[in-house]
Amino acid sequence: MPGLNGRRVAVVAGVRTPFTKAGTALKDVRAVDLARYAARELLERTNLDGQEVDEVIFGQVVPSPLVPNIGREVSLLPQFPKEIPAYSLNRACASASQAITAGHDQIALGNAAVIIAGGAEALSDIPILASRRLADILVEASKAKSLGARLKAFTKIRPRDLVPVAPAIAEPSTGESMGQSAEKMAKENHIAREAQDRWALRSHTLAAKGTADGRLTAEIAPWLSSRPNEAIVRADNGIRTDSSLEQMAKLKPVFDRRYGSVTAANSSPLTDGASAVLLASSEAAQALGYEPLTYIRSYAVAAVDPGWQLLQAPVWAVPKALERAGIQWKDLGLIEIHEAFAAQVLSNLQGFAAKGWEINEDIINVMGGSIAIGHPFGATGGRLVITLSNEMVRRDVQFGLISVCAQGGMGFAMVLERR
Amino acid sequence: MATLASPTRTAPAVTWEISDGIAVVVLDLQGHPVNVISRAVKDEFIACFAALADDARVRAIAFLSGKPDNFIAGADIEEFVRLGSASEAERLAADGQEMLERIARFPKPVVVGIHGSCLGGGLEFALACHYRVATDHSRTQIGLPEVQLGILPAAGGCQRLPRLIGARAALDMILAGKVERAAKAFRLGIVDELVAPPILNEITVRAAQKMAGGWRPKRKRPGGFVGFLLDGNPLGRRIVFRAAKKQVLERTAGHYPAPLAALEAVEHGMKYGITEGLKREAQLFGQLAVTDVSRKLVQIFFATNALKKDPGVQNAPPAARVTRLGIVGSGFMGSGIAGTAVAQAEVDVRMKDADLGRVAQGVLAARAILDDRLKRRRISKYEYARLVALLSGGDTYAGFGRAELTIEAVFEDLAVKQQVLREAEGVLPADGVFASNTSTIPITRIAEAAKDPERVIGMHFFSPVAKMPLLEVIPGARTTPQTISTAVAFGRRMGKTVIVVRDSPGFWVNRILAPYANEVGHLLADGASIDEIDSMAVRFGFPVGPVTLLDEVGLDVALKVAGVMQEAYGDHIVPAPGPGVGALVKAGRLGRKSGRGFYFYKDGKKRGVDENAYELLGAHPNGGPRPADILQRLVLGMVNEAARALGEGVVRNPRDGDIGAIFGFGFPPFRGGPLRYADDLGAERVVSDLERLAERHGVRFAPCEVLREQAGRGTKFYS
Repeated sequence: MPGLNGRRVAVVAGVRTPFTKAGTALKDVRAVDLARYAARELLERTNLDGQEVDEVIFGQVVPSPLVPNIGREVSLLPQFPKEIPAYSLNRACASASQAITAGHDQIALGNAAVIIAGGAEALSDIPILASRRLADILVEASKAKSLGARLKAFTKIRPRDLVPVAPAIAEPSTGESMGQSAEKMAKENHIAREAQDRWALRSHTLAAKGTADGRLTAEIAPWLSSRPNEAIVRADNGIRTDSSLEQMAKLKPVFDRRYGSVTAANSSPLTDGASAVLLASSEAAQALGYEPLTYIRSYAVAAVDPGWQLLQAPVWAVPKALERAGIQWKDLGLIEIHEAFAAQVLSNLQGFAAKGWEINEDIINVMGGSIAIGHPFGATGGRLVITLSNEMVRRDVQFGLISVCAQGGMGFAMVLERR
Repeated sequence: MATLASPTRTAPAVTWEISDGIAVVVLDLQGHPVNVISRAVKDEFIACFAALADDARVRAIAFLSGKPDNFIAGADIEEFVRLGSASEAERLAADGQEMLERIARFPKPVVVGIHGSCLGGGLEFALACHYRVATDHSRTQIGLPEVQLGILPAAGGCQRLPRLIGARAALDMILAGKVERAAKAFRLGIVDELVAPPILNEITVRAAQKMAGGWRPKRKRPGGFVGFLLDGNPLGRRIVFRAAKKQVLERTAGHYPAPLAALEAVEHGMKYGITEGLKREAQLFGQLAVTDVSRKLVQIFFATNALKKDPGVQNAPPAARVTRLGIVGSGFMGSGIAGTAVAQAEVDVRMKDADLGRVAQGVLAARAILDDRLKRRRISKYEYARLVALLSGGDTYAGFGRAELTIEAVFEDLAVKQQVLREAEGVLPADGVFASNTSTIPITRIAEAAKDPERVIGMHFFSPVAKMPLLEVIPGARTTPQTISTAVAFGRRMGKTVIVVRDSPGFWVNRILAPYANEVGHLLADGASIDEIDSMAVRFGFPVGPVTLLDEVGLDVALKVAGVMQEAYGDHIVPAPGPGVGALVKAGRLGRKSGRGFYFYKDGKKRGVDENAYELLGAHPNGGPRPADILQRLVLGMVNEAARALGEGVVRNPRDGDIGAIFGFGFPPFRGGPLRYADDLGAERVVSDLERLAERHGVRFAPCEVLREQAGRGTKFYS
């Protein structure tokens, strides 16, 4: 099917690092190194000459102040000419998806032919800030003209100024944390604790299956340790093969200890990881000898009031994307829904069902989702595109959908097509 | 020192312009890539400075090079080679000294701006000037490498450098012939100022203007208080000189006279003043210039330079540009090749091994070569980060589709290597070259498995790859010239000296090592002791003796090579009686890597002969063979094999053969290589010695046809 907006854009290939729980296997690795690793392995797997790449776009949600433009550091890999421009963006948990569609747009417009897009997050390595007062004092001291003035500035420091500030995963506009939002959605949409646990268990079971049969690991470039005697990370390390509903039921809710239902088991964990996708115009893909996995048919973003149901915006984004694709829900052969929380997935599905759409679980998150695989904020959107594209090839499905809920009350949807 | 191919010149090398009281003098030797100081250039210098002395408009001089990345590479080595006698050489040195004395005492300040290599006579010139500005560029290399050619810095270098930076630091540079980067030279105080390349000329002229106005640099006493304690007084200096002498003797084992002579020149000058020092320096230069050692070192210098330009095959098509290197097998050799390729050639390297754990280890081992460079400040942390990103690996052939060159370094087994070749051919680009790193397997045999044997070649690296300077490139029967030139060119980019060798068992290095190593068994069986054998070889000038060498290589590897060589050359490489090295290998003693071989090792250090080794070998040291006999059996066996192999065309010419022996396993450079050594002894004598050895110890010593013929005709390898 021809593209609807300008040139047709192919998803040629995608690679990601293993997704590992924060504080575990990749805890000492910076996000930029994860991103570079994924991009480089993508080049290896596709035998792509770095000279062919026109632009690099990467998403990241919590960037390090030391590497503010992670995309540029990727494009400065020695495998690329130094002249490839690059930028980084933040669409919260849909950042890598956004990077991919931003790449899509440049190719569709004819501004580029080949783009590497992806995302990365190292939640083991979040920036810890100094207090505002300490920062002010340090700035004042650095501007001081004499030693005396400098010392005088330092005398203003009080013990409480030295307490570091860690960024919280909370809405700046409401102060509500992600977990609290999920808790609120569970209550408003009457999502039972058991249903949430069941969805989480499903996520783990399917992800474990996908890992065991190699479908999930096919998209992973094993992480070769950078120190002697460190284990090689071949797969995502949050996927459980031994959990049961009984075990999950024992966990205490985290965000509302008395009446809550959202637990550590039915939420996605803090995760480190990166993903990278090779995009090309269909002409460029052909000229380079690639057989694309899928093509990007449409995408859409929607937003709702963050004070309402923070993670429910996909219910608005998906119909827009379907409409732009010119297809209907029932035409979809595979669906990847980002799993921030089981309560959110089930709320989203409820919203879709309310539109009269039939929910066929057999085609949703067929290798599990973020609850089991993990959720490095900036990288997940890329993972979804890769997982979906590969599985669309395996099953020879014509249309597939990704749906991502994101901080700030945003929802992101993208339709991929096989031919 | 550098070479100057043709002495005929038309355009002047030294030109100048005067503006604002400053004469900007530019040295640009027409028709040559680098500046060197020859007699003709010297004359131009003298004329130039004479004119500037008289020119009232000129108040100071700024001296620059007209070459893009070179200041002065040194004195003209061709001129040096033509020197016939010690007195002639002494006169040459004295002339140079006189010219530089004139510059040092020049009434107007002379400032030099240095960018690019500033070596030997170039640095001596700069030292005679009054202020030195240098660029902080990696191309700016500063040093006095003379002793590496068996001579000493004789244009005042032995006098001015210690006076500028202290005796200790000066000896450090002069005695080892070390070349330093600009930053180090600045730290040492050799240059006064370090600037970015674009402003070099401007700053040099500005310094000349300042000096014209009467300003003089204040230089601190070199080395601070410790420097004063050691260098600043006669007693401290005596300690410094004594320590330096001891170190030189340890390093040269008395085989190389130049460092000792340089030491003497420095010491003499510090004791009796610069005039006496210069006189002594020139005398010693005269003596050294005509020594056999210097001649040999210069020959090696020329041979290595010639090899750098030799494409390795006649009418060579241009080498393919390698931007990406695939390596199959991430063991010790594979990772050594990978790390060296990244560090030297800065190519993208992809390693592949069957097991990811081995790949990870291999990538780490390759990275260790970069770690080492970072630690020694050869590269910055930013360069390090860039280079590290060139290294990666996996357990599939992903990424090999773009590798212009793939080198396999898998287990030394024909079937395994052929299997790898078949796999690789399936993924390599259509014009990709496949090289096998093997020491014993014929390339033509490996290539039998290829669809495209034209692109299969041997690249025999030596271990450890990062340190060993030689590479043997071995074309198979059907290898194309372009494949050869690609392998040769890439080896060179890896910093190796490359010789092209015929595809035959042992190639060149292992071939001529075989009788040498093999003789160890015979000597032990005849009652020689392990340390006696080694010490004789060291006394001859080898860096280590043959027994230590076997331990270093690994006895299992040595045994395997020995088997191949005995099978191929059974008529003269015959196993010694008794259980031999095999008994040691069976007992799990594999040499250094297992902590025990002929010697035993602790914490990575050799701790002495392991007496149990004799028992396993069934040998009993009884002082049997005489020391001179031991040496002859070791060396003449090797010389005989080298002559025979050269006769078979294993190497293209004696030059390649000698360079291979020197760089491959440390044949004493001052003896010029086994073939040059045979020339020096004379074929007649070599043949008669071999015949005597053959009579006493067996036909393995029977002189080869090549030597007999030379003895008969009175010819030599080098005419």
